Amino acid sequence: MHIKLKVWRQSNSNTKGDFENYSLDNVSPDMSFLEMFDVLNEQLIEEGKEPVAFDHDCREGICGMCSMYINGRPHGPLKGVTTCQLHMRSFSDGDTIVVEPWRAQAFPVIKDLVVDRDAFDRVISAGGFVSVNTGNAQDANSLPIPKVAADEAFAAAACIACGACVAACKNASAMLFVSAKISQLALLPQGQAERSIRAEKMVAQMDAEGFGNCTNTGACSAECPKEIGQENIARMNREYIGAKLSSTAV
Amino acid sequence: MSWFSQTLTSSIGKKLLMALTGLFLISFLVIHATINAMIFYNDGGETFTHWGHFMGTNPIVRTLEIGLIAGFVLHIADGFILWKNNSDARPIKYAVNNPSANSTWYSRSMGLLGTLLLIFLVIHTAHFWIPNRSNQFATGEELNLYQMMLDIFQNPIVVIIYVLGCISLFWHLLHGFKSAFQTLGLNHIKYNGAINFLGTAFSIVIPILFALMPISIYLGWVN
Repeated sequence: MHIKLKVWRQSNSNTKGDFENYSLDNVSPDMSFLEMFDVLNEQLIEEGKEPVAFDHDCREGICGMCSMYINGRPHGPLKGVTTCQLHMRSFSDGDTIVVEPWRAQAFPVIKDLVVDRDAFDRVISAGGFVSVNTGNAQDANSLPIPKVAADEAFAAAACIACGACVAACKNASAMLFVSAKISQLALLPQGQAERSIRAEKMVAQMDAEGFGNCTNTGACSAECPKEIGQENIARMNREYIGAKLSSTAV
Repeated sequence: MSWFSQTLTSSIGKKLLMALTGLFLISFLVIHATINAMIFYNDGGETFTHWGHFMGTNPIVRTLEIGLIAGFVLHIADGFILWKNNSDARPIKYAVNNPSANSTWYSRSMGLLGTLLLIFLVIHTAHFWIPNRSNQFATGEELNLYQMMLDIFQNPIVVIIYVLGCISLFWHLLHGFKSAFQTLGLNHIKYNGAINFLGTAFSIVIPILFALMPISIYLGWVN
């Protein structure tokens, strides 16, 4: 396959970036999108040029590191997959592919296609945990959890925090991510003790990071590689409003 | 900041305010459409004027009207604040974007549709509500709203503006009605079907009913 690439290049967060055009021959349709970028980078290194910086880790679709905005969509044209699981057979010979970093005030570009997603970590630090005394994990069967609740919590916990929801949202809102993290704990017995304070603190941190506000377009769920549903955002709204009305934290 | 103002100024609080005022304005649309539909009796405006007089003079309704104005102001102001926050959240836009792959155009255009409705609201209140209330304030007498409708809707440009207002209202409601329930946390397998059906039906019926009023008068069906 012959592929033409238009890739965002930016040396650091303080400089202005721009698009660079590249041309790749002999791209195998069985290559993943990231392997195609590996080929591009080898070519650039051989030419004595700076390779394109991009985030990646497991390349198995489970770590949430890869983050490319491909032809106007996060993680490219396929449904329910990350960039690393997208293969070149999804494109046609001679295609021009435009690749940009996630665009959000809360996700500043570090270099080229790499953005700083620490805002997500700070939201988790604000309340996305269960406080327990350290020691051995208790036996799995000592705390019975109904199958329905376990399944629902697991569906929310499938979020890999890649940030595609923020990237896809016209408002750069992080509500799908935050709602998945609030939901996975609100649905389980272990999460009950800190349920109210968790919702209050995580939403407050989300707002402080400068993410936008949800307008229920549903773009986040449509683009989410783990297909996290809109019902989580509704649950977060209930958790937050309920917490604000009833918690003792004035 | 008190917990109350903290809640209302949070992202979810601003959404909540949008949803609650939106649903309140939806309830107003039901009353407004019902009373105005009295013109279809085509009895020289008798039934319409009877109910119009009740709405314009009943002390309870007049007190509720203050709440209605507050509802409009809050919905509009909150809408502009949210629009500003949301556009600040992405200072650098995508060079290539394909949002139609993941969402409907009208769900992404609530600000634009709302602005069109605001322009329509200014024109519409300048036609009827403002002259009527100022006359009531000055002389204590109500204007003949039925005759005013017959006169104003003789102008085809006015009729087109009203129909365009109704079209904006249709798209605004088509997203807004269902969206309000999601914001309130009412997303449930048992009720989603009913909310979707009711939302779509409401968005179609109310704007058609409103649009038929200037059209019928212009075409002489109601006179």
